[in-house]
Amino acid sequence: MKKLIVLILVIAISMLLSACANEPDTPVAVEPDPDAIAAGGTITVWSWDPAFNLRAMTEAAAIYQRINPAFELNNVEVPWEDIDMQITTFAVAGTLDLLPDIMLVQDQAFQLNVMNFPEVFLDLTDSGINFNDFATAKTSLSMVDGRNFGVPFDNGVTIMGLRTDIIGEAGLTVDDFTSITWGRFIELGHEVLAATGMPMVATTAGGADWIDYMSKSAGVSMFNPDGTPNIVGNAVLRQALEIYVELVRTGILIEVDSWDAYIGSFVNDVVAGTIAGCWILGSIQQNPAHEGLWAVTNIPRLDVPGGTNYSSWGGSSWAVTSNANAPLAIDFLKNTFAGSVELYDILLPAAGALATWIPAADSPVYQEEHPFFAGQRVAADIISFSANIPTFYFGVFHYEAISAIEVAVTNILGGSDIDAELQAAQEFVEFQMQG
Amino acid sequence: MKQTTEVSGGAAIKRSRLSLRRKQGLIGWAFLLIAAGLIVMMNFYPMVRGFMLSLQTGVGARMEYSGFVNYSRMIGDPRFRQTLITTFTYLLVQVPIMLLMGLALASMLNNKGLKGRGFFRTAIFLPCAVGLVAYSLVFRQMFSFDGLINTILVSSGILETGHNWLGTAWSAQLVIILGLLWRWTGFNMIFYLAGIQNIDSSIYDAARIDGANVFQQFWKITIPLLRPIILLTAIMSTNGTLQLFDESFNLTGGGPGISSMSMSHYIFNTAFTGNPTIGYASAMSFMVFLLVAILAFIQLKVGDRR
Repeated sequence: MKKLIVLILVIAISMLLSACANEPDTPVAVEPDPDAIAAGGTITVWSWDPAFNLRAMTEAAAIYQRINPAFELNNVEVPWEDIDMQITTFAVAGTLDLLPDIMLVQDQAFQLNVMNFPEVFLDLTDSGINFNDFATAKTSLSMVDGRNFGVPFDNGVTIMGLRTDIIGEAGLTVDDFTSITWGRFIELGHEVLAATGMPMVATTAGGADWIDYMSKSAGVSMFNPDGTPNIVGNAVLRQALEIYVELVRTGILIEVDSWDAYIGSFVNDVVAGTIAGCWILGSIQQNPAHEGLWAVTNIPRLDVPGGTNYSSWGGSSWAVTSNANAPLAIDFLKNTFAGSVELYDILLPAAGALATWIPAADSPVYQEEHPFFAGQRVAADIISFSANIPTFYFGVFHYEAISAIEVAVTNILGGSDIDAELQAAQEFVEFQMQG
Repeated sequence: MKQTTEVSGGAAIKRSRLSLRRKQGLIGWAFLLIAAGLIVMMNFYPMVRGFMLSLQTGVGARMEYSGFVNYSRMIGDPRFRQTLITTFTYLLVQVPIMLLMGLALASMLNNKGLKGRGFFRTAIFLPCAVGLVAYSLVFRQMFSFDGLINTILVSSGILETGHNWLGTAWSAQLVIILGLLWRWTGFNMIFYLAGIQNIDSSIYDAARIDGANVFQQFWKITIPLLRPIILLTAIMSTNGTLQLFDESFNLTGGGPGISSMSMSHYIFNTAFTGNPTIGYASAMSFMVFLLVAILAFIQLKVGDRR
């Protein structure tokens, strides 16, 4: 019995002590702290896509280690869905000490997460990082109430990649596909389909990404500036839906059931091209037999006022968490992603990473001809595309709206009326916004 | 002298027996206490907290009590309704087929004359030992557009072009039901096999002498005598299907759209994606709990005639 009491006491005291140890420290100073930087340490980073984001981190660490040899990188692959979920779980459970030092956050979910879980993110506004060196449209995506919470990384300019040999069989060239409308794209798609039997493009079923980038290309959001949903009566959205449905019904676009199958569609000669963010360039180059057969151009535009041939898909920014070794993590980002032309020079040819850091765009590397794309100056072209992307307001309920549109697309393809589905989508989003 | 010794001895024995019983009782309680404490801590406490959470609205740590708002919200939620219908479709289609197949397989594999009984039993039970995620991914591969099933159907001339199994609402649901049947039929079969082996073989002998054929034996002897076990498997399957998550999440991703999404998957999405609404998700979890309880109660009332 005595032993039991002693045991209980020991457990109680140790719990009390550990509770004291867990008392939150005073907020970490964001100002550069030379001692802490020189002391070095290991910085844990979460991001997805080994060929792109993780690779970029590895290169960045190599560059920073020359300045600060005491720095170590713990580069962890975590899918975006998991990062998103961990933010929620850790914040709700109060276990913020499980967060990494730096994590990559999708632009479309950045503000949403900062607003919902401000305790997770570190305010970087006065950290010494010069945010004026980044493209304003991009920086604004990771800002809340005029404060900076993210270091911008890739911008996800939408591109159309084309197999010149396949469209050539239909007597077409890349110029025929450049700066056209979707109506024209469908006509050309029929020609390619007739000549080769091949669909133009593939995408994962649901089509929400497509509706999303088409809307962005006209700069029209599914939300009004005051935050209310803009779905019913949104002419841009309606036209995007109509085009998507027509592309699927005509067989010019095929829906596949997984991301792997999507990558396989253009790597394994199933389709004549693809439309995605410029991060897809790495995957396009997976098949060495395709060298010299690919070309990159802009995407078709919607036939609406303000419709452009430019949009973005994906794109992400680095966030420093409240659990970080802040002085070191910030100094690392400041000297790499926000301060190293050399880093972007390495990343561009290797991973297709395009800088939103303006000083990098002057680098001669961006003017180089790319052998895989038959000597096309791909980087310079894509940068010129990115200058034309309309500004876009995501809204805090972007995820819910996209999810509603995905259901609408499925139902319309199954035969539902487009207006009834838009009405249902709007009602769903309004329902979700009740809180 | 002899008598008094006996009396005092008896009293002494009685006294020590009482204290021994009390001692044993205390030890028993001490053992129970650990298990009971763990159950309270791991099950009941989270349940109570979950219920309290279901009465709150807000995001992250900024939650506040708002009464039964989350419950009234459920009534107007078209997605909750749709996922509820989908889950009940799985339940009503899959559970009866699975239990009947389990019963049929069990009585077939109980036949002593069957060669390779052990092999078939193992082969049919083995799917249950496979990880839920692993088998979901295999099914996903098999039913993908350029997967095994389409290749077989096209090359054998049954279909002209492949069917987009996971991209079409009805077939995505069908694939989930097929997956569930494959995964769980063997599990239920083992219960039935154990039950059948407990039935006295003389009952079958007597029936055979009276001229009963195999089907009559199955319907008139096996099923009535297995009633408690059928009840158990029915409750377990109902419970399992209403909480279905892995297949919906891993196999179809709930898609296309949300046409194959189960309730638990929707609850998960509500709690962890987009703008997380954990209060509302907790309320829906409680609704699932209530549904399971009600269905189990009905099954007990209908099925248990002891």
